[in-house]
Amino acid sequence: MTEIFVLTEHRQGQIRDITFEMLSKGRELAGKTNTELTAVLLGKEVKNHAKTLQDYAKRVLLVEDTQLENFNSDAYQKVLSSLIKEHKPLLTLMGHTSFGVELAPSLAVSLDTPLATDCIDLEFEGETLTVIRQMYGGKVNVKAVLRKAESYIVTVRQATFPVEKEAPMNGEIVEVPSPLSEEIAKKRFVKYVLPPPGGVDITAAEVLIGIGRGIKDGSNIPPVEELAKTLGGALACSRPIVDKGWLPNGCQVGSSGKTVKPKFYLALGISGAFQHVLGMKSSDVIIAVNKDPKAPIFGVADYAVVEDLFKIVPPLKSKIEELKR
Amino acid sequence: MDIIVCVKYVPETAEAEIKIDSTGKAIEKTGLVFDINEWDDYALEEAVLLKEKLGGTVTAITIGSEDSDAVLRKCLARGADDAIRLTDPQFEGSDGYAIAKILSKVIKNLPFSLILTGAQASDDGYATVGPILATLLGIPHATMVKKIELDDGVAKVNRELEGGLEEIAEITLPAVLAVQTGINEPRYVSIMGTRKAMKKEIKILGLADVGLSENEVGETGSWIKTEKMYVPPVEKQAEFLNGSPEEIAAKIAEILKTKGLI
Ligand SMILES: Cc1cc2nc3c(=O)[nH]c(=O)nc-3n(C[C@H](O)[C@H](O)[C@H](O)COP(=O)(O)OP(=O)(O)OC[C@H]3O[C@@H](n4cnc5c(N)ncnc54)[C@H](O)[C@@H]3O)c2cc1C
Ligand SMILES: Cc1cc2nc3c(=O)[nH]c(=O)nc-3n(C[C@H](O)[C@H](O)[C@H](O)COP(=O)(O)OP(=O)(O)OC[C@H]3O[C@@H](n4cnc5c(N)ncnc54)[C@H](O)[C@@H]3O)c2cc1C
Repeated sequence: MTEIFVLTEHRQGQIRDITFEMLSKGRELAGKTNTELTAVLLGKEVKNHAKTLQDYAKRVLLVEDTQLENFNSDAYQKVLSSLIKEHKPLLTLMGHTSFGVELAPSLAVSLDTPLATDCIDLEFEGETLTVIRQMYGGKVNVKAVLRKAESYIVTVRQATFPVEKEAPMNGEIVEVPSPLSEEIAKKRFVKYVLPPPGGVDITAAEVLIGIGRGIKDGSNIPPVEELAKTLGGALACSRPIVDKGWLPNGCQVGSSGKTVKPKFYLALGISGAFQHVLGMKSSDVIIAVNKDPKAPIFGVADYAVVEDLFKIVPPLKSKIEELKR
Repeated sequence: MDIIVCVKYVPETAEAEIKIDSTGKAIEKTGLVFDINEWDDYALEEAVLLKEKLGGTVTAITIGSEDSDAVLRKCLARGADDAIRLTDPQFEGSDGYAIAKILSKVIKNLPFSLILTGAQASDDGYATVGPILATLLGIPHATMVKKIELDDGVAKVNRELEGGLEEIAEITLPAVLAVQTGINEPRYVSIMGTRKAMKKEIKILGLADVGLSENEVGETGSWIKTEKMYVPPVEKQAEFLNGSPEEIAAKIAEILKTKGLI
């Protein structure tokens, strides 16, 4: 019986959430395609992870090697290629994360296996694999078909598949000797660094005003900052605002920034790209102001305001000042 | 140091109204403003900064229609020395794999120590071209690159991970680095630069020049093909706050008050 591989993503001693999301989806797909679910775990001294994964898969393929201690796509590619060639899984799932994005494309080329990336859903219709993915910042969805093959590789979006509580599978741990015979010479992990965030701690604020590219220029920020102050809240932002150097990186909300859960999040001129939404969707009340009635941010907001943000900020500030008096 | 930058000409869609065309597989492109892919803007700037520091040349390459000359002109105006456009009706329908195959065929005949791409394209965003290109050329790669330091045939790069964490990795050159936004501050083009760029030649190549067969490019040479495009279903319907800006402001303030935040 063939398998579905889920590649375990772990970093600094932790299995990352995306792994369990994929295992949940993998279990569903394995059921539908009459295949077995295998968690693939590469690392150094990671038997504790293997034990955890036993609950979630029929089998845990474990490869340990000092060269697998930290993620290195060259090393991972060599080991995975050898596992995939031997097991011929119908499908290999990995996260569309910094890790998967570095690894999946070169693995697919080396195995001549079709690849679809950043998928939000996938399904086998007979032997054909169809995937759903987003385009144009989430404004349209695409249903796409992969070239017919015996094996496929798919990277999936984070926080897209819910982790279902299911009966433990008591999978078997299978230790496989590392196929790495030589030193991976052209790519070397050095260390992890956490750049100093700068700015205030936005995760502690009850009220956040998030500004996006709609703010147009850094010089337009002070009035919004005033508004945030009036509310006793803090200023947060989407990525382009940090990229442009208008606010410190500690203010960035999203997958590569902070995850925030304030009581109130006011999004001004933010389109609602998935990477931003990931960081703020759990806020209590979300109000979004955007000129574009089709902006994806309205899909997560509780209240939508289709208006120019510059027309809303001044009256909102005076209204609040009035109520505070 | 000879550097190659791969750039894509993409529609700006954040503020535009998007319509799906009659084929149901693509969006209506007329009326949309096209520009350099945001990530490639940073990649280009990084290439020019490295050239200014280390000498050498920068060559910009794009696969696209005649219109994409605009993106190459921008690259030339911003400091690229040469520009190559790859155009052929057979290229249409190419996914990231086919695009990378085409790029690899052209690039392997050029002198280079470094290839820069964007981490992803803002339109379809598969985020695959850079790493596939590297693999086809048999050289190492790094993606999500936020900092590059070159020293003695080695690139020391900061790769962005999730939640603000970064990792430092060393990659032996020649290599492909896929650049993440925020790595630098892309410069503005001077009018003189733009004028000069208009006079520069853009080299144009087609399928026959790259030495690939028809089957290796376009839809047949791709891993993935679009079957259908549709507007995503709305998961949660927001309540629209209507009225004059003053009325809307009052409604927002009211919500804040009910929440006990004023
Ligand atoms: C690996 C990776 C990680 C990322 N991590 C993050 C992250 O952590 N956080 C993040 O935010 N992004 C992240 N991004 C970027 C993300 O994909 C989007 O590009 C980004 O969120 C877009 O920011 P924006 O909404 O401000 O800009 P845009 O998408 O350009 O949207 C601007 C919006 O403003 C509206 N607007 C314009 N003018 C006005 C006006 N006057 N009044 C009202 N509305 C107006 C427009 O209609 C538009 O909807 C990441 C991307 C990648 C590839
Ligand atoms: C079904 C389908 C239909 C398509 N139809 C067309 C079409 O009609 N016309 C057309 O031109 N393209 C078409 N494409 C190609 C598509 O738009 C992309 O160019 C291709 O899929 C590359 O992937 P990406 O944009 O996701 O690149 P990513 O991998 O996300 O981009 C990463 C980086 O690769 C480089 N790169 C990507 N694309 C190019 C390029 N074209 N030239 C130079 N460098 C590049 C850039 O540096 C970019 O930052 C089609 C693709 C598919 C799947």
